[in-house]
Amino acid sequence: MILLVILIPALAGAAAFFIGSDPLRRGLLVSTALVQFALSVATWILPPAPALSGWLAEDALGRLFLTLTSLLFLASSFYAVAYLRGERGESHSDFEEGFLFSNAREASFTGCLLLFLAAMTLVTLSQHLGLLWVAVEATTLASAPLIYFHRHHRSLEATWKYLLICSVGIALALLGIFFLAVAATSPGTAAVSLVLKDLLSDAPHLNPLWLKAAFVLMLVGYGTKMGLAPFHTWLPNAHSEAPSVASALLSGALLNCAFLGILRIHQICVASGLVDFSQRLLLVFGLLSMAVAAIFITGQVDYKRMLAYSSVEHMGILAVGVGLGGAGLFGSMLHVINHSLTKVMLFMVAGNLLAVYHTKTAKNVSGALQVLPVSGLLWVLGFLAITGSPPFGPFLSEFTILKAALDQGRSFVAITYLILLAIILAGMATPVLEMAQGTPREDIIVPAGRGVALSAVPAILGAAILLMGIYVPPALSRTIHEAARLLGQR
Amino acid sequence: MNQLVNAILVFLVLTGFLLLASSRLVACIRAVAIQGILLGLLAIAAQDGHPSVVGVLLPLTSAAVKGFILPWLIVRAMRDADTVREIEPVIGYNLSVIIGAVALGVSLWLGQRLPLPNQPTSFLLVPAAFFTCLVGLVLLITRRKAITQVLGYLTLENGVYAFGAAVALEMPILVELGILLDVFVGVFVMGIAIFHISRQFDHIDTGRLVTLSDRVP
Repeated sequence: MILLVILIPALAGAAAFFIGSDPLRRGLLVSTALVQFALSVATWILPPAPALSGWLAEDALGRLFLTLTSLLFLASSFYAVAYLRGERGESHSDFEEGFLFSNAREASFTGCLLLFLAAMTLVTLSQHLGLLWVAVEATTLASAPLIYFHRHHRSLEATWKYLLICSVGIALALLGIFFLAVAATSPGTAAVSLVLKDLLSDAPHLNPLWLKAAFVLMLVGYGTKMGLAPFHTWLPNAHSEAPSVASALLSGALLNCAFLGILRIHQICVASGLVDFSQRLLLVFGLLSMAVAAIFITGQVDYKRMLAYSSVEHMGILAVGVGLGGAGLFGSMLHVINHSLTKVMLFMVAGNLLAVYHTKTAKNVSGALQVLPVSGLLWVLGFLAITGSPPFGPFLSEFTILKAALDQGRSFVAITYLILLAIILAGMATPVLEMAQGTPREDIIVPAGRGVALSAVPAILGAAILLMGIYVPPALSRTIHEAARLLGQR
Repeated sequence: MNQLVNAILVFLVLTGFLLLASSRLVACIRAVAIQGILLGLLAIAAQDGHPSVVGVLLPLTSAAVKGFILPWLIVRAMRDADTVREIEPVIGYNLSVIIGAVALGVSLWLGQRLPLPNQPTSFLLVPAAFFTCLVGLVLLITRRKAITQVLGYLTLENGVYAFGAAVALEMPILVELGILLDVFVGVFVMGIAIFHISRQFDHIDTGRLVTLSDRVP
């Protein structure tokens, strides 16, 4: 069953490159997403048996991240079909500079989307750290063509920087894995297993010096991919230039996968008694990411870049939650879900606004509530949710993390965290509210025959975020608790 | 065996200096290709006792990919991009070599600071691996062309691989092949990107890719 979850999207992705008919290929995209989602939900009821001599197995962390990824991909696939219908035609005029450009072949785009899903699924299920590395690098390679869907110079620049910066980062993570292998080597023994279960049971005997070095390298490596400051430089470019559906998946699903890479090495640090060391580093990078995001969100003119920096902020929040430990772990795992749902919805809405207003500059957009009532409303609600206002889901998880900091008596962390959140709230409020209110320019026309999915999918996600703020289903809460226990919560 | 390993490592360090000092792109590509072959030999030579069939075939595959296929891809990208065959570094060649010498010193020091639990075949193994990684990073930072950045990435990857060979780490075949495949596809995709960059901009100078940036308000 585990193999099926990975192989189905991989094979469908390979097939999609060669399917010429648009309806057939789009059908394949949606049906693959549906089947994969159904399978990943089924793993909640029937825990799958480990495969490949234990390299692929599903623990609570994996189940949580896998289901989230599948769910977001399912939502994105419906949106993508509607989006791709609207992207037909030979050439398109660039919104910012007015030149003409063409799109990449839709078949390649769909194929890469599915391969991207397969790679992310492999990340969530890998128990072997080497395999995990291979999968994370594969996500980079599968998603780079997604960013270069619109063939023009800005998206190319973004793609290049994404490819190079992430590949270099990931190469450092591989060095970290080798360091970990050295840490696990004891004099006289030859074979070292890099399977998580073996490493965890062997953890007390790991060489602390090499383990620390391994943690730093893997934090830097996977942190680059996750978008932790100061290694986040590729992120705003890629998120702002990619088509909105790709931005949504990059932000909502891919960053989580990189975070999972960090969580795996953190698990080992916890088991070997180096938890103070790894927590301190996570706290520092988490707060730094929030601070960098606060600086660049304030006065940001491009609303898609604003969302991208908001992702940097939330990755910082996740790192802070894990860095605090205790109840912060539960908050952090809950926040993974809340952030992803909200950010995917916001990027989808941003895509709708972009398609109608033809600009990414926030001050050139006004009256969104009148022009696109559903998207406009979701834009405002999404802003409230992402900045942590009640009663939405992110409020609950951000508050849990804050409470963890206060309970541990870490007032410096708590105060910095609150101040940064407040700055970001203020920085986002002006552009978002000005975009939603006011009277629209007269030349704005809503194109006829927009797909229903373009508004319906984000609306459903919006409802889910609201639900998560009021009621966390018990099965989900159990799994989150289990995941937090894996990370050392007692 | 020990002397063979030492000789390979000395050559590895020399290719690193060649990469830093060379002004010609073709020479750099050749140096990276030689590194790839050296690493394949190193992985075979560093095994103690009789190497298994897999233990020979895997390094040979890796040597073939890193020594021939990837350089060929890069040369093709260079032709398609019709680029000037000079490196155009941000800093001079002399300074690059001096940085290289400092990097070698740092690597030797690090090699002493981080002792391996198992006695390695040669005391040069860990420093040579670190040095290759550092050369890769220096190339990535100080060279402007997209192609030289790919070379820097490959050198970094070679350094990491050398470290893996140094600690005689036995990765399962699946993972080993997966890593190789990732590097291969990575360079392949970068080659395509370079082609698009040259068509789109008429140059592949990444120092001029500055449209996307944020200014602190």
